[in-house]
Amino acid sequence: MPDVQALVNEFIIKLKKRKVEGSQATARMTAELLRSVISQQRVPYNNQAGALIDAIKAVGEQLIAANPVELAVGNIVRRVLHIIREEDLSLATAAVAGLNLSAVSDDEDDGEREDHPVLSAAAVAAAARSTLRPPSLQTLLEDMPDSAAVPQSSSSGGDSEGKSKSADKSSRSRKLKHDIIEAVNELIQDIATCHEQISEQAVEHIHQNEVILTLGRSRTVMEFLCAAKEKKRSFRVFVAEGAPRYQGHVLAKELVARGLQTTLITDSAVFAMISRVNMVIVGAHAVMANGGVIAPVGLNMVALAAQRHAVPFVVLAGTHKLCPLYPHNPEVLLNELKSPSELLDFGEFSDCMDFGSGNGSPLLHVVNPAFDYVPPKLVSLFITDTGGHNPSYMYRLIADYYSADDLVVQRRPASGN
Amino acid sequence: MVQRKGSTRVSEDAEELVRVPLQAILLADSFAQKFRPITLERPKVLLPLVNVPMIDYTLAWLESAGIEEVFVFCCAHSKQVINYLESSHWFSLPHFEVTTIESHNSVSAGDALRLIYERHVIHGDFVLITGDTVSNMSLTQALQEHKDRRKKDNNAVMTMVIKRSKPSPITHQSRLGTDELFMAIDPYTKQLLYYEDKADHLKGTLSLEKMLLADNPSISLHNDKQDCYIDICSPEVLSIFTDNFDYQHLRRHFIKGLLVDDIMGYKIFTHEIHSNYAARVDNFRSYDTISKDIIQRWTYPLVPDVQFLGNYIAKLERQGMYRASAITSPVDKLNGELTCKLPETEPWSTSEVGSGGVGYIWSICEGGHEEEWRHSVAPTSADKLTEVMQATDDDLELTTQGSNVLLPSGELVPDSNSNLSEDDDNEDSRDDSVYFEKEVEATFLRAVHENVKEDHVILEVNSLRLSYNMTSADCAGALFYSVMKLALETPCNSNSELLKNVASVITRWQKLLKSYLQSMDEEILHLLYEKDILQEDAILKWASEKEGAEESDKVFVKQSEKFIQWLNEASEEDD
Repeated sequence: MPDVQALVNEFIIKLKKRKVEGSQATARMTAELLRSVISQQRVPYNNQAGALIDAIKAVGEQLIAANPVELAVGNIVRRVLHIIREEDLSLATAAVAGLNLSAVSDDEDDGEREDHPVLSAAAVAAAARSTLRPPSLQTLLEDMPDSAAVPQSSSSGGDSEGKSKSADKSSRSRKLKHDIIEAVNELIQDIATCHEQISEQAVEHIHQNEVILTLGRSRTVMEFLCAAKEKKRSFRVFVAEGAPRYQGHVLAKELVARGLQTTLITDSAVFAMISRVNMVIVGAHAVMANGGVIAPVGLNMVALAAQRHAVPFVVLAGTHKLCPLYPHNPEVLLNELKSPSELLDFGEFSDCMDFGSGNGSPLLHVVNPAFDYVPPKLVSLFITDTGGHNPSYMYRLIADYYSADDLVVQRRPASGN
Repeated sequence: MVQRKGSTRVSEDAEELVRVPLQAILLADSFAQKFRPITLERPKVLLPLVNVPMIDYTLAWLESAGIEEVFVFCCAHSKQVINYLESSHWFSLPHFEVTTIESHNSVSAGDALRLIYERHVIHGDFVLITGDTVSNMSLTQALQEHKDRRKKDNNAVMTMVIKRSKPSPITHQSRLGTDELFMAIDPYTKQLLYYEDKADHLKGTLSLEKMLLADNPSISLHNDKQDCYIDICSPEVLSIFTDNFDYQHLRRHFIKGLLVDDIMGYKIFTHEIHSNYAARVDNFRSYDTISKDIIQRWTYPLVPDVQFLGNYIAKLERQGMYRASAITSPVDKLNGELTCKLPETEPWSTSEVGSGGVGYIWSICEGGHEEEWRHSVAPTSADKLTEVMQATDDDLELTTQGSNVLLPSGELVPDSNSNLSEDDDNEDSRDDSVYFEKEVEATFLRAVHENVKEDHVILEVNSLRLSYNMTSADCAGALFYSVMKLALETPCNSNSELLKNVASVITRWQKLLKSYLQSMDEEILHLLYEKDILQEDAILKWASEKEGAEESDKVFVKQSEKFIQWLNEASEEDD
């Protein structure tokens, strides 16, 4: 436990200092950290899932607070919570399926009494979820008994728990943790391979002799373009430089190294060039539940230009960027103001910021926001590792990956469990 | 010994590749009294800078810059600093070791470095920094440059970090309120050749040594660089301080000493930073300026909404307002600028910093301590202030700044601070004369009460005159004032009695007065007469009284003979 705590602290410090760059790296590191938290967490006799959820929530809360701007942290925490719930549910339903309902003995009543508050909560939540939410494709395919089992009364759920407890609880506890870790490993795998999965779809979207415009530098976009190039598509790329960090310069260099015909333009030239562009392909910082995009600064302007000229505006995003929150949620910190020194040289303008002159307030203010918000109506298509989706489909995708209970990651204050 | 060790290490460095942990010396004391009186009860490094003690910014920067071992040198209020560090999380960070060194008798940075040298804790290159520096620069490049230079030239002992910042053409001060700094730098090697921060602006000239121009093929003279007070030093620096035990100030003595005295051949180089931020809280104005720079995010990621400390959670909300999670009351006087509303970490309950042209507004939300904590930066009780001001009468700086802080509103007006150094000279002389007069009066009164001989009093006054660099006319004025005061203080019932008192006192101390009032007394009498302080009769009476007196007593009368004569004539005419 202490070594996990040290790991957690180290990661928190990294997040706080903004030492982790990029949402993919953040997502991967978060998932790996949570995996080690799960494997180190000692699960109690009963209600293992609850204990694990509490542990993850405790860590997740700190992680989210450490860098509220990086939404990928919260996304991964919620994904892991969802995984725990799903695995718990599938185990419970498996137990129900194998249950001989007639065998109700006296000692089970005791067990039921003990387990009742714990399990009923989980079961009620699960039932509520499955009634509120249309069954997802995944659950329909994988857990056939799910829909049959969960709508049963909570007491039957209690029975099942009692049963499994008396029967094979040790194996079950090991199985639950094992399954969860397996699922988290899959998640890490997904995050690691999201670039490949997205770029596999490249040839379907980029056609011969097209002109693609992008802004700034996104690794996803770079691999997407390169994948199309490898499939012998010949096309041209316009790269807007992406002031003030000028990551577009880096992207142009990388694309040229891969043999792509590249044109570098300033951000302000986007509108002039957009009429020659067939498609805008950009990366994102986060995709919100309403289909809006939090993206590097300047993209809203590009999206508006694309809309004006009816150019498709395509956003590439791995599923770890899918955020179950809405941009109007109070806990969503939409933007991060970076240092103004990226915009201008402090020394050159130091006399403009002399606080001693005048009324003590400088006449020059420099603001350097990192992100833009692109509303969903400006986005034509999202390409995630599971395929292309409309902005209006995002909430559905989110319902697949997150459970509604986890949207606010905050531990219940001193819960009885 | 350390010097030898350092030099051998450099020569073997390539083969041996011994990794010396990167060390830093953090002086948690500025060895100056510019922040008096708010530093009387609280060390400067713990003063809040946008709600976080200054030392936390420095430590956070050192930590993020990859420093592994920090020696915090505490002198003034060392207990408070150590207690603060112990309660903070700095001791528990991985790969970051903080050690405190406590001293009570160090009066300067030189003393501190000598003490650290004696401890033998510094083994390689180290970063020398004071606990009031805010920076976000990356040290890697500067360190690499320093090491490369060291390999080539063992005498390159120090790399100074500088940053471009234009001074104001009117006040010749940088935006941090420090004096215009002149530096001569070799543009190719970046060697520092000349450093002058106390240039005489009135003359408008700057004298460079001829040798400087003769020895260097090219030289560039800058007045737009700001000294960031971040130095990367070789271990030799400590031994230089030990060898030259009179070096006290890092810049005034050490840098200038090395630059002027080239017997040792040590060289200092500069490293200029461009996009990064580095500045030191050196005076009240820089305190204000740096606070605003932090609010405007020049120091990113050391900004309030990034919790580099984990003390509190502040969010940067819309309209550029920092708000701590604990504070719910809305702020309605915003005008689109970055503002900050945060809870205090220390006894002041809540502060509100506005950058909207009013300097600081510190409001107190929670009741209770309202009266006690009125003062804006650090609360110092009035009793304590007066006590200290009396105790250190000769500390002129203290009173000039004390008067600033003791505004009844408890508000620090930044503008007055910016003019502070300009006014210094005038205030100095004014204060000098006040103190001189007080001293003379005290001497005189002592003489009266203890029956000291007049000769001795004259001697004492003379020595005072010399020490305060006053003229004898000043002495005369002071003495005359004291004499008259003595006369007034003697209890009396009527005017005539008062007059008698005055006469007797003057007669008693005439010798004393005489020694200073060579030819002045006539004018004084005249003046007194004209101002209707002395009645005509009184003077005439005094003259006639004196007629019967001894010869020595008559000096005054003789000296004022003309005046008395004129008075006599005038009264005759009136008749």
